[in-house]
Amino acid sequence: MTAWRTDGGTAIDRGRPLAFTFDGRRIEGFSGDTVASALLAGGVSILGRSFKYHRPRGLWGAGVEEPNALVDIAGGMPNTRATQVPAEDGLAVRSVNAAPSAEKDRHAFLDAFSRFIPAAFYYKTFMFPDWHRFEPRIRAMAGLGTLDENVKAPAFAEQVNHHCDVLVVGAGPAGLLAARKAVRAGRRVVLSDDGRQAGGSLLFRAATVEGKPGAEWAADVAAELTRAGALVLAGTTAFGIYDHRLVGLNEKGEGGAPDRLWRVRAQSIVLATGAIERPLPFGNNDLPGVMSAEAALVYLRRFGVAAGRKVVVATNNGLAYETAEALAAAGADVTVVDHRADVAAPAGLRVLRGTSIVSAGGRNAVSSVRLSDGQVLEADAVLASGGFTPTVHLYCQAQGRLDWRDDILAFVPGRAVAGVEVAGAAAGDFGLPAELADGTGRSLGIVAAWPKPRARQRVWIDLQNDVTAKDVELAVRENFVSVEHLKRYTTLGMATDQGKTSNVNGLALVAELTGRRIPEVGTTTYRPPFTPVPFAAFAGARSGTRMNPLRRLPLEGEHRAAGAVFRDYGGWLRPAFYGAGAPDERIQAEAAAARAGVALFDGSPLGKIEVIGPDAAPFLDFIYYNTMSTLALGRCRYGFILTEAGIVYDDGVLVRLDEDRFVVSCSSSHVAGVHALLEEWRQDRFDRRRVFIHNATAEMATLTVTGPKSRALMEAVGFGAALDDAALPHMAVTAGVFEGVPVRIARVSFTGERSYEISVPADHAGALWARLGHAGAAFGATLLGLEALMILRAEKGYVVIGKDTDGTSRPMDFGLAAPLARKTVEFVGRRSLVTEDASRLDRRQFVGLEAVDGKGVLPTGAHGIERGEGGLRSTGYVTSSYFSPALQKPIALGLIERGLSRMGDVIELQHLRELRHARIVAPCAFDPEGGRLHA
Amino acid sequence: MTRHYSAFSLVKEGLAGQTGWQQAWRSPAPKPRYDILVIGGGGHGLATAYYLAKTHGIRNVAVIEKGWIGGGNTGRNTTVVRSNYFFPESTALYDMALTLYEGLGRALNYNIMLSQRGIVTLAHSEAEMETAARTVNAMQINGTDAELFGVEDVRRVLPLLDMSPAARYPVFGGVWQGRAGVARHDAVAWGYARAADRLGVDIVQSCEVDEFIVEGGRCRGVRTNRGEIRAERVGMVVAGHSSHLAAKAGFRLPVTSYALQACVSEPIKPALDTVVLSPATGVYASQSDKGELVLGGALDRVPSYGQRGNLPVLEEVISGLLEMFPSFRQLRLMRQWAGIVDVTPDSSPILGESPLPGLFLNCGWGTGGFKAIPAGGTLLAHLLATGKHHDVSRPFDLDRFARGRLIDEAAGSGIAH
Amino acid sequence: MQLFPCPFCGPRSESEFHFGGEAGNRRPEGFRAVTDGEWAAYLHERDNRRGPASEIWMHMTCGEVFRMERDTVHHGAVRSFALIEGGGDDGLAH
Repeated sequence: MTAWRTDGGTAIDRGRPLAFTFDGRRIEGFSGDTVASALLAGGVSILGRSFKYHRPRGLWGAGVEEPNALVDIAGGMPNTRATQVPAEDGLAVRSVNAAPSAEKDRHAFLDAFSRFIPAAFYYKTFMFPDWHRFEPRIRAMAGLGTLDENVKAPAFAEQVNHHCDVLVVGAGPAGLLAARKAVRAGRRVVLSDDGRQAGGSLLFRAATVEGKPGAEWAADVAAELTRAGALVLAGTTAFGIYDHRLVGLNEKGEGGAPDRLWRVRAQSIVLATGAIERPLPFGNNDLPGVMSAEAALVYLRRFGVAAGRKVVVATNNGLAYETAEALAAAGADVTVVDHRADVAAPAGLRVLRGTSIVSAGGRNAVSSVRLSDGQVLEADAVLASGGFTPTVHLYCQAQGRLDWRDDILAFVPGRAVAGVEVAGAAAGDFGLPAELADGTGRSLGIVAAWPKPRARQRVWIDLQNDVTAKDVELAVRENFVSVEHLKRYTTLGMATDQGKTSNVNGLALVAELTGRRIPEVGTTTYRPPFTPVPFAAFAGARSGTRMNPLRRLPLEGEHRAAGAVFRDYGGWLRPAFYGAGAPDERIQAEAAAARAGVALFDGSPLGKIEVIGPDAAPFLDFIYYNTMSTLALGRCRYGFILTEAGIVYDDGVLVRLDEDRFVVSCSSSHVAGVHALLEEWRQDRFDRRRVFIHNATAEMATLTVTGPKSRALMEAVGFGAALDDAALPHMAVTAGVFEGVPVRIARVSFTGERSYEISVPADHAGALWARLGHAGAAFGATLLGLEALMILRAEKGYVVIGKDTDGTSRPMDFGLAAPLARKTVEFVGRRSLVTEDASRLDRRQFVGLEAVDGKGVLPTGAHGIERGEGGLRSTGYVTSSYFSPALQKPIALGLIERGLSRMGDVIELQHLRELRHARIVAPCAFDPEGGRLHA
Repeated sequence: MTRHYSAFSLVKEGLAGQTGWQQAWRSPAPKPRYDILVIGGGGHGLATAYYLAKTHGIRNVAVIEKGWIGGGNTGRNTTVVRSNYFFPESTALYDMALTLYEGLGRALNYNIMLSQRGIVTLAHSEAEMETAARTVNAMQINGTDAELFGVEDVRRVLPLLDMSPAARYPVFGGVWQGRAGVARHDAVAWGYARAADRLGVDIVQSCEVDEFIVEGGRCRGVRTNRGEIRAERVGMVVAGHSSHLAAKAGFRLPVTSYALQACVSEPIKPALDTVVLSPATGVYASQSDKGELVLGGALDRVPSYGQRGNLPVLEEVISGLLEMFPSFRQLRLMRQWAGIVDVTPDSSPILGESPLPGLFLNCGWGTGGFKAIPAGGTLLAHLLATGKHHDVSRPFDLDRFARGRLIDEAAGSGIAH
Repeated sequence: MQLFPCPFCGPRSESEFHFGGEAGNRRPEGFRAVTDGEWAAYLHERDNRRGPASEIWMHMTCGEVFRMERDTVHHGAVRSFALIEGGGDDGLAH
């Protein structure tokens, strides 16, 4: 191939030369060039190697359809289509799937073995001894580009949501016309095009539109649109249409910026996406130098690059003649080889009618063609046009169905899709829109030139995936005749170009082989994206904590000042423990201090959902496993909330503030779920005017004072309320005041010690925390992190939902069978508690476990085991396990089969194949009488 | 005609221009009567037919498929095979499948490309490590391979994973199952189809059920667009459309249909050697032998029969992947799609006789049907041949819902319910 | 991203909604009389319609539960109905 620069080229600026490297070789070009046009001009004919046979490959196209010219661009852009990336000074470009270079590829020898490795050969061999023996080598051979492990592309890609009346995809003549009409009708319009400049085919095909040269008309319309407030997105590919007319668009970043994702919701969509030229089927039609006739016109007119000096234009239609005439005018020696016998040849052009290319010759690039009449023509470029395939991808994604048109030999949009219109070449109208046409346009006049069976040489159908006509024939021979089977068996259309140039030729060959018409063969499903879209664009700003923001405490600053080490607990960032040093020692010390004196704990994420109204009490009887309507005013009661399947969903303390006012406390990670559960049942079966739900979790912080000296500290602070045990006994609640703000003080305990849980408006939490700390100094108050709290509650055998329960846990498994026996009214999950499963005797029950083997703390997650004929069997597992500072020995909790009736039994446990022994004991290991709650 | 697949036959056919290969399967017209009829030509249906012929010697069998074989979820999944389950019932089922997969290529004379690259399910906190230990212990006790991975083990198998302690989801370790991996999904369907065809099974494509023939309170066959087909017993293996066909048969199922999406990147040279799953992001990923990264995530939130992807889930999956593997930001999405999966209340499958006697079910696999194909086929074949449950399938009978005895893996493995 | 019409707030993204099950799935009352089969049918069995469906949804941002008709295949023809004051209850059965 001896491509050369002419003195034309509307896209390039010859005053701004640039240079980059390709496989280490210096390439010169101009500002405005694509990598592909500069490589073409620079005389590089081999741009890459094919996926399977490592055949040399050159440029086929000039845009999104390019199957061959994939390159890695240093800096983290693997598999980039050279036709779509602007040439820039200093780029380091490498060919893919080739080593050391595209020109001298060490795997080029594979092509010689192609007859033994046809389509799907890998299903027929490599079974003995085992696929694993062969896979590593094949895996290393596969893949195209190479990931640059050291490059971390910018972490933040923009994403924009937008809505409009009309979204026009494609800024060719049809798209511009549709956009102009919509704007003039006062609609809000977005117009997108994957080119940098509006105009589409008007940028390279000669046309006079409304009295102006086409490109000038396009620029004027684009300017009018912008003036009228339309949003014109250049370099932007609409890649997918999703439900309810949401369109995803990928805007290419300029100057190294990441691509931008647009999500545009449009009232109506106009698809003016053009058409893509098909290759002609002849032997060795994959040789470098065989190029799309339309692409050659693009390179000539836009970039001032003529594809060759001795050019054969091969066609089955009339549109390729513009390429022939333009190249002849530029000085190339042009011969047209036209399938059609019956056409008038333009003056001054050598046209061989009624003939076609049988095969191309040449080793690493085309050097000649052999015609059907036996003639051999010398050629350094073969510019082929096998007709045009309307770009119907987006229409089909919008659930459109295609019709076949014999007059243009193409699939076109069929039935109407609400809100989606297709215009121009995408609808099979290859000329200018009628209202813009001046009658001078060329007509398609196409005749069939489909691949034929039993060709002597290899005829490529899918260039990137190396699928030849012989492969299609093999698939049909083996009965892979469904179009989806054909695709999957041969991989036709499954490369990074997703079959843009290959699908119709493949279908036509299958039709021929199976005696069907092309539309009877059908098409494969068009799936997004139309062109590959960077992962980074989809991720947008979602990274780190922006992915799933951590919830933070009002007092985070205070905890940090106190040396807290934070961890993520169910999405909340909470103090695990305080201070430097070995974590285990800190945690043990915190737990011990709470039992010895008084400790402060921040329990703010605790769910606080108010239930208000005259029907609140019966509502809560329905919601809870336990009876709640009998709760006295100012008192608290512990209870379970179940799912309808009778599984323990959450637990917590219900507080009755007034006759018709309750507060549901729930686990911090279940607030949203419990809130939704309450709302659903409220609206489903209660009078919504008589019961109301209010989630007060975020507005109230909850600070807990716990330990034997807690009452003294509480009284020192005051709160303007009687805090003595007569006025505020365990499981009672009272109203207090702190600095003029009402607070709620509840005597509930998760530590087993006397405790006061103070709920205070979140904006006063800092002041209260400071006061407690200040007043607490006199009592030796310490801080209590979540890890130490977990030990304290485990010593008491208190359950943590999701840790000591699993998705099979029922309330009776925790020894709470009374409500089921006694409660007379309906409640959530009730009927599920009397099924066969719920009544099983061998249920896993919540028990304590005491290590008896002297090997220390039992591992959490160890399973109880039983030995039987079939081997081992699990009888449950350890859910919580710690060293108890109060008891100075290991303690554990678990869910063990029949545990409640096996107190005192010693069981075997297994952890990572190591055996342990433990005795089943009551869950509460410390102060079982509960005296310390009142001490 | 070349029937047997081997390196030798490839060479022989290579010299002969690849013209001697026999059809992978025939395209017979349906006969009016078979001993056993299987509705649904996906992996499970084809495997059922194969095992009926191979194991039970019942060769007068047809598989009818409304579209093309392997075109449902068999051809749409992310090809992961594993048996890292918590409950012994599940381990027995999925380990049966994995064990059969291990010999399947040779048994079928079809390379299904079983690639036992291992799967690591990451743990992102101390609490998740405790749950991971619980799972590993359960797997070891139940007799399948499992290891508890620490940070260094994870780093060894996933060198590109972001192991920074400051990551949003820091890595503490994970559950490793070395026998897990991926297999070529199309090849599994085609391999079973070819082998079943060789044993005399009729595979009838483009054959859609209009209604069930019910006589004497028993299913006697179906009426299709290609005529009436009668059989002694009928198996229904139509993931994604189970409720739709069940309605035709006059009963309802504990199934809701959801789209499960998947996507692939452009192919790159090897960069990810094992299968990885992050419970925090719901993302799982592997790299195919062709070089594409194959990604999946959670189910869609809206019940649907629409076999197509959307943006929100895609964005979640990809951002989750990039959070794990920052260098994958360079890659591009090549294709996204969706399959419709049967979701049961406990996410475990349904195997057994349906409320209509004579009609047997294999459905409800949720997101995990592909990995179970050899077992699903074996067990449904056993049911169809004998009318009785295999020990492994009995816990998965439809009656478990009324008994309350669900097999809820999410519940057992500690995922919040 | 589908748009769902909340009868109170207008069209909103699907991500704001929580699926509440099929319309007309009534809870069997009187736990002593309800059989295992009736309870399992209520808890688990579904029509799971391919095509037009009638469903209960909650709009999480306003908290209202409502009935929505939509097509489960092409996702079109979305209409919704408030359930307040018993007026929507007739619409629940199908």
